[in-house]
Amino acid sequence: MTSTETQPAGPDAGSAPDAPVLEVTDLHVTFPAAGQGRDVHAVRGVSYQLRRGEILGIVGESGSGKSVSSLAAMGLLPEYAEVTGSVRLHGRELLGLDDRQLAKVRGRTISMVFQDPLSALTPVYTVGDQLAEAVRVHNPDLPKAQAAARAVELLRLVGIPNAEQRYRAFPHEFSGGMRQRVMIAMAMANDPDVIICDEPTTALDVTIQAQILEVLKTAQRETGAAIVMITHDLGVVAGFVDRVLVMYAGRPVELGTVDDVYYRTRMPYTMGLLGSVPRLDFQDKAPLVPIKGTPPSLSDLPPGCPFAPRCPLVREECTTGEPPLVRVGAETHQAACVRAAEIEANEWTAADIYPVPEIPEDAAAGTPREDREVVLEVDDLIKHHPLMKGAVFKRRVGTVYAVDGISFDIRERETLGLVGESGCGKSTTLMEILSLNAPQRGRVVVLGRESGRLGWRDRFAVRREVQVVFQDPMSSLDPRMPVFDIIAEPLRTHGHPREALRSRVHELLRLVGLEPAHATRYPAEFSGGQRQRIGIARALALEPRLLVLDEPVSALDVSIQAGVINLLDELKARLGLSYLFVAHDLSVIRHLADRVAVMYLGRIVEIGDVDAIYGAPAHPYTQALLSAIPIPDPEKERSRTHIVLEGDLPNPANPPSGCRFRTRCQKFRQLGDDERQRCLDEEPAVIPLAGAADHGAACHYAEERELL
Amino acid sequence: MFLARRLLNYVVLIFLASSFAYLLAATTLDPRSNYEQLDPRPSQESIEARLDELNLNDSTPLAERYVTWVGGVATGDFGLTIQGRSVNEEIARKAGVTLRLIVVGTVIGCTVGVAIGAYAAVRQYRSFDRVSTGAAFLVLAIPTVVIAVSLQVSAVAINQAAGVQIFQYGGEYTAGLDAGFWGTLGDRLQHMVLPTLTLAIAQFAAFSRYQRNMMLDVLGADFVRTAMAKGLTRRAALLKHALRTALIPTVTYFTFTFGILLAGTTFTEKIYGWNGMGAWVVDSIFTNDVHAVAAVSCFMAVCVMAASFLSDLLYAWLDPRVRVS
Repeated sequence: MTSTETQPAGPDAGSAPDAPVLEVTDLHVTFPAAGQGRDVHAVRGVSYQLRRGEILGIVGESGSGKSVSSLAAMGLLPEYAEVTGSVRLHGRELLGLDDRQLAKVRGRTISMVFQDPLSALTPVYTVGDQLAEAVRVHNPDLPKAQAAARAVELLRLVGIPNAEQRYRAFPHEFSGGMRQRVMIAMAMANDPDVIICDEPTTALDVTIQAQILEVLKTAQRETGAAIVMITHDLGVVAGFVDRVLVMYAGRPVELGTVDDVYYRTRMPYTMGLLGSVPRLDFQDKAPLVPIKGTPPSLSDLPPGCPFAPRCPLVREECTTGEPPLVRVGAETHQAACVRAAEIEANEWTAADIYPVPEIPEDAAAGTPREDREVVLEVDDLIKHHPLMKGAVFKRRVGTVYAVDGISFDIRERETLGLVGESGCGKSTTLMEILSLNAPQRGRVVVLGRESGRLGWRDRFAVRREVQVVFQDPMSSLDPRMPVFDIIAEPLRTHGHPREALRSRVHELLRLVGLEPAHATRYPAEFSGGQRQRIGIARALALEPRLLVLDEPVSALDVSIQAGVINLLDELKARLGLSYLFVAHDLSVIRHLADRVAVMYLGRIVEIGDVDAIYGAPAHPYTQALLSAIPIPDPEKERSRTHIVLEGDLPNPANPPSGCRFRTRCQKFRQLGDDERQRCLDEEPAVIPLAGAADHGAACHYAEERELL
Repeated sequence: MFLARRLLNYVVLIFLASSFAYLLAATTLDPRSNYEQLDPRPSQESIEARLDELNLNDSTPLAERYVTWVGGVATGDFGLTIQGRSVNEEIARKAGVTLRLIVVGTVIGCTVGVAIGAYAAVRQYRSFDRVSTGAAFLVLAIPTVVIAVSLQVSAVAINQAAGVQIFQYGGEYTAGLDAGFWGTLGDRLQHMVLPTLTLAIAQFAAFSRYQRNMMLDVLGADFVRTAMAKGLTRRAALLKHALRTALIPTVTYFTFTFGILLAGTTFTEKIYGWNGMGAWVVDSIFTNDVHAVAAVSCFMAVCVMAASFLSDLLYAWLDPRVRVS
């Protein structure tokens, strides 16, 4: 460990204007193994400097060591973690300080915002008390009343309405976005010089993410702090940060300004990462760049470049030694690749170096929509949950309008994307369709047969035709069943000939890109992406016509996600499937879907052809949603203006009168009083837009607007 | 409001518990035999008269005896013992003895148990954790009776080795001692150590295990990390944020273990020769003393409900969320 200087830490300590506020040098973090296992080398030599007011993005997939490296800097790792190297804050070494000394620095000079706002606040103290505690712990002499006043001021600063009353609220009374605001208020309480944000928006919906990014910018303006932004979202990085550090397997593999890293990428991993993101702003549906394989285990690393086993440019020398981070091109641009110079000279891009799969052209693409068979028809579907109160004598105190009158249809060989934020009713819609029970109102017709009017034999037959893939590949496969049994189960249930069982399972495994030899293994032996492929194989076993996909890729890392999306694309074309694809990620939907339906509070607000809606959305909510999503293209992102919606989703048990979106609507605010009256009184229905073939919006004042 | 409703529930429960105890005792115990076996045997008339006087005559319908008993209890009179003494007076004398034992034993046992459990969680898999886990499991595996007797035996050994009566293990105080206020207090403490320790050890074992698990659940919680990120030391974050949250389920657990504690008290009193409620209930069953059994059951029910009420209070204090919602 390096020597410890005892300099007073404070904003003026590093007097030179260009002196780094935070300097991390050759940081290593190892989690020693208990018993038989091997040590986990979570961070292996991270170095970076952070200047005053600068925003540094640290990007990487799960397990790349990006969070661990910053927790190490804060002294927040468990005691058994071995940390070596140097972390200097204003020139003062932090590693090796005892807990008491570190506590004086934490929250005052360097503070942190965590990923999951739902669990980051202590449930038994009020929000205000926790905030005041952050103030008082560093100013013990401050009277309680003043600390409370400061807490209220902070709450107001991060945009919490009625700050005085909300001071006394408990965390569970706040929504996720509001709690994250409180976390940011806590981080800026003592005017820190560095704020570390660990995936601050990952757990939030896009419109809330846009709000939180705004609040973070406010926090930076107020405190003048430098920010370390840890994220896996390349879009957030593009618009928010000055410099980027890309991490892979515990090591930095590329470092530079955003423009250098995005436009003059020199490391194949970064190129693959950028190429694997589905793009909101691209109309043509070129296959995504999948990175083959999975990240290496951090306890058993190959001797050479950790990316070598997955790299398309791998050469013999890559497997002998790990390449150091060296300067490439611009003075501030560094990459860890032996072939960086070659990449520069040939101006290679991701599409040049990665083998992109050929996705066959869909045979039915030419047939007009009207001539194709209707696979699923949903007409005026509702699902209301009663709200009950009382322990012994339950009484109905209200109704949650989870799905409140939605209609759409899906034709053969068509993908309908159902998008919306959490709580909009998209998953409830799926479950209503899959239940095959009579809906509370409206009709669900699957392949011409109406749900709720079938005998058990017919229902059983319909089940063959409609299969589902779930969101979480970890919990949707029985961990005690070998893969063969998992995939064979639907076949056995539906009386598939036993002698053909084995060949069918092997065929399915090959279909989803797995080895037939994998059939004897258990789900735990597979990575997330492979498990999702098993889930897809199981869904395809009975040769369904309609596949219902509930957020099938949202739990996966981008490089893995790309492979699964390509697979879904390919299967649809080869097997002539129809998809009902539920997702909150609008980029994925744009890439996969033919048509899209946008949901808000149990209603469809806009529906139509994917290019029509993404090209010129007409409903203010769709516009806000599309505008809120950051695009992984720094120049485009900088020139965009985001529509930031106010507030949270209203309570679905008590939706606003008239148009449900009016409480947050940016258009509503611009209207005159007479025009507003209509939004207050009359609930808009989905009306086809004039001049568009397949595009309808539920807004009294719908107006197409180009955003991307 | 929340607590008031609870309180009403408790009154009903106590009434039911005591009634069942009375009915059970009145149907199974046979006070008549006490008199019939006397030598010389009293005349049939005098037995009947005596039993009638005590409201214990089994030729009177059970419902009628029960109504008489309930009528008495409603006015605060638990009837007469089989010897014809007032049950109320007996309770007044014995309840204090038992309460002293329970309260001190519980407070020491719970506090030490929670502290050791929480600390063991913080030092998971270190030597402190291993030792405390081993000790707790050892105690859990041994019935209270055996603990009481072993403590007595070791006390005898220590006394002999030291040559002085350090520990007293019989009775509640030395009879006929005249040593002034401090002397009496010291003497009582000397007698108290072993029985209280017996109860406390059993409590410690249960609570340290439970608290350790609860604490482990919150140790890795995000909010503890947040507290440290704010600038709290690890120690402060653990005490103020982790332990506070981890105590909430333990408080509920307290109610459940209290019944077991009362059973333990019975043995302890009997073994150490304390004239408390626990020892009394055992004696009463032998002497077919229906009213004493019912009274002790009522006392136990009140204790359990008091413990439960206390844990409700603690819960509401620890977790303010129940107060607002």
